[in-house]
Amino acid sequence: MSTQSPTLHPVEETAATEQISEDARAAADEARVGWERFEQLIAEDKRVEPRDWMPDNYRKTLVRQVSQHAHSEIIGMQPEGNWITRAPSLKRKAVLMAKVQDEAGHGLYLYSAAETLGTPRDELYEQLYTGKAKYSSIFNYPARTWADIGAIGWLVDGAAITNQVPLCRASYGPYGRSMVRICKEESFHQRQGWEILYSLSHGTEEQKQMAQNAVDRFYGPALQMFGPPDDESPNSRQSMAWNIKRFSNDELRQRFVDMIVPQAEALGLRLPDPELKWNEERGHYDYGDLDWDEFFSVVKGNGPLNHQRLAHYRAARDNGAWVREAAAAYAAKQQQTEYDAALLAA
Amino acid sequence: MTKPEQNAEQIPDGGVIATDPADRSLWPLWEVFVRSSRGLSHVHAGSLHAPDASMALRNARDLYTRRNEGTSIWVVPTAEIAASDPDSKGGYFESAQGKAYRHATYYTQSEGVPHL
Ligand SMILES: [Fe+2]
Ligand SMILES: [Fe+2]
Repeated sequence: MSTQSPTLHPVEETAATEQISEDARAAADEARVGWERFEQLIAEDKRVEPRDWMPDNYRKTLVRQVSQHAHSEIIGMQPEGNWITRAPSLKRKAVLMAKVQDEAGHGLYLYSAAETLGTPRDELYEQLYTGKAKYSSIFNYPARTWADIGAIGWLVDGAAITNQVPLCRASYGPYGRSMVRICKEESFHQRQGWEILYSLSHGTEEQKQMAQNAVDRFYGPALQMFGPPDDESPNSRQSMAWNIKRFSNDELRQRFVDMIVPQAEALGLRLPDPELKWNEERGHYDYGDLDWDEFFSVVKGNGPLNHQRLAHYRAARDNGAWVREAAAAYAAKQQQTEYDAALLAA
Repeated sequence: MTKPEQNAEQIPDGGVIATDPADRSLWPLWEVFVRSSRGLSHVHAGSLHAPDASMALRNARDLYTRRNEGTSIWVVPTAEIAASDPDSKGGYFESAQGKAYRHATYYTQSEGVPHL
């Protein structure tokens, strides 16, 4: 049987006030010892595990971040899932199906990690279902052409990888471990996307144009996946102090830009940013301002597909309800049969 | 085997909604252990929800072995796992500390002597 936290047990009728204050003191002691141990783990850059004491804010921050991450993987299946039936060849179809299935898996790894923090799975699903939870804004943009599937793999998964590699060292053990698993799988996602664009950019003039349009559409939103600029992202400082986040939004964005410039050159496509140029002094590429008004508007729910993405998720969940219930009912019945048989045998 | 679970929104003894996620979800939680190849132990890979053991195994195959990561899978109901208390770390594992003589490196006289 599972253990319950002591505070959930009703206080015995006979318990005197002194008992309560003793409990309160014991709880305070536990918190103090826990706090010291937590601080030490963080200072030594060690991992915090599910049953360790941790500050409420640390737990809340992680539940929010990990579940948002999980929701993003789940919603992220939609733009690409849309193209499975229209993939241009059987090989491309098989590849895309494998990728979308991976994203479902990523969502499940992350939900498992979030759940170890004490929020039940069904509650996490409910938060997405009711629209209370956020997910990465990028998935509110449509995949209009087959080239967009290439741009999503190359740029969206590419940005995700840049963000996720340092998260493999996140201070919360289960989160870091799920990121390790995810990162191993992501590299194929980015390469297959890049190859789709490579085929198109080496095809007909029309195909090359289609690839260029896709890159034009996804470049800005992909750069915004790292979140707002550092001076407008007050929470990341705390996340970095807790060793959840290892690099700031702008640092990661810069790393990504530096990475994709030569990749775009190898594709023979141009990145839609007139200010993009090598800065000898900094040893990095300079890039132009991004449209943050658009970003915050999409976050608030006004993106091209916010409504559709959620409606699709709800429909999928509603339509699958009978399957989940039937499986649970079957399992309960089997267990009852076993239980009865054991009683009879006794 | 313990008493069968009655339904999804069961209220455990004591009238308190369980804080343990495994008790609250429609499908219970299972821990998954994967043997990556013959000759190696099963290692914890993660967890998942499933209505029963056979579905848990199928789901574990789909979730944790999409790239030949395993030759064998175990699934264990999370609620059935007993664990040591993380807070009692010091005391609980103390007897192993300060006993360097349990390690070969403690014995230095044989340095330079072959095959020892
Ligand atoms: Fe993913
Ligand atoms: Fe991916």
